Amino acid sequence: MNIEQIQIFLNERTLSVHQGSRLGELQQQYCPDSDLLIVNGYPCTEDRILADQDHIVMIHRGVAPNPEELEALIMSRHTPGVHAKVKKARVGIAGAGGLGSTIAIALARTGVGYIRIVDFDLVEPSNLNRQQYFIDQIGMPKVEALRDNLQRINPLVELDIHYGRVSADNLKELFGDIDILVEAFDRADQKAMLANGFLRQCPGKYLIAASGMAGFEPSNTIKTQKISEFFYLCGDQSTAAGPGCGLMAPRVGIAAHHQANAVLRLILGEDPAA
Amino acid sequence: MHIIINDIEKNVPENATVRELFSLTDINPEQVVVEQNGTIISPEHYDKVQLRNGDVIELIQFVGGG
Repeated sequence: MNIEQIQIFLNERTLSVHQGSRLGELQQQYCPDSDLLIVNGYPCTEDRILADQDHIVMIHRGVAPNPEELEALIMSRHTPGVHAKVKKARVGIAGAGGLGSTIAIALARTGVGYIRIVDFDLVEPSNLNRQQYFIDQIGMPKVEALRDNLQRINPLVELDIHYGRVSADNLKELFGDIDILVEAFDRADQKAMLANGFLRQCPGKYLIAASGMAGFEPSNTIKTQKISEFFYLCGDQSTAAGPGCGLMAPRVGIAAHHQANAVLRLILGEDPAA
Repeated sequence: MHIIINDIEKNVPENATVRELFSLTDINPEQVVVEQNGTIISPEHYDKVQLRNGDVIELIQFVGGG
């Protein structure tokens, strides 16, 4: 007698099981140590018969899955084909403040394979209004705090951190071997220094810079603009940080995610400013 | 002579340098990227690079914040 098979998803992978199979049997067979079962998005405490197309996630609380399994789980919501491409990308981030820390987290969650981050600053209490750090990290070099945070999000990203300043004299050494550099500085003269230096010293590499994201102006004034073949600029290009116009998480985050999405679009062969 | 700055036609003195353009347009040279006909002008050359009639100039002026 033929027993009909149904298809389910166990920890984001497809699996064929006999019709009439029970959740408890599946747990015993595949994840006997798990102590939390999520069926189609809801925690499940009672045994039940599996249905075709069920999405089952089995979690052993407090224990990280092995790296291979973790990668499949983290990337399971990606558009197909994206992961293989982002995994090969090498991205540099100059600055680990409101822009840089937010961009780094977005790129790590996206699974960018290699991220180099350079910053000279320490985490200060005033950073917490927009930067991706925690109270217990105050006083740490930002690059070290950010590395710790990124490793907690996606340990499969290769991180290379440098605690120090970027200058016209060392930027080729720091970023000459990456595919795409993201400018994430605070001061306008530093932004211009990096753009002038990188675009001339590292021809053929992309630069994604940012200018204008202070205050609480409308979100929709922040845009991604193509300046030249290898140079993109994100922001409203006018609202400067200064007395009476602070930097806050929402608009800095919008500009940072414009930059992160520009990186992703370049990696995938799309025009960031389209 | 006429040049195009950020898509707008401007009248500037003959043989004006990039540095002179900054005072004409009230731009801080420390916060800008200058493209002359698609080529970035190195900041060390602002004093000697001259503008030519018909040049297409892009002035990308950064503002602080990040």
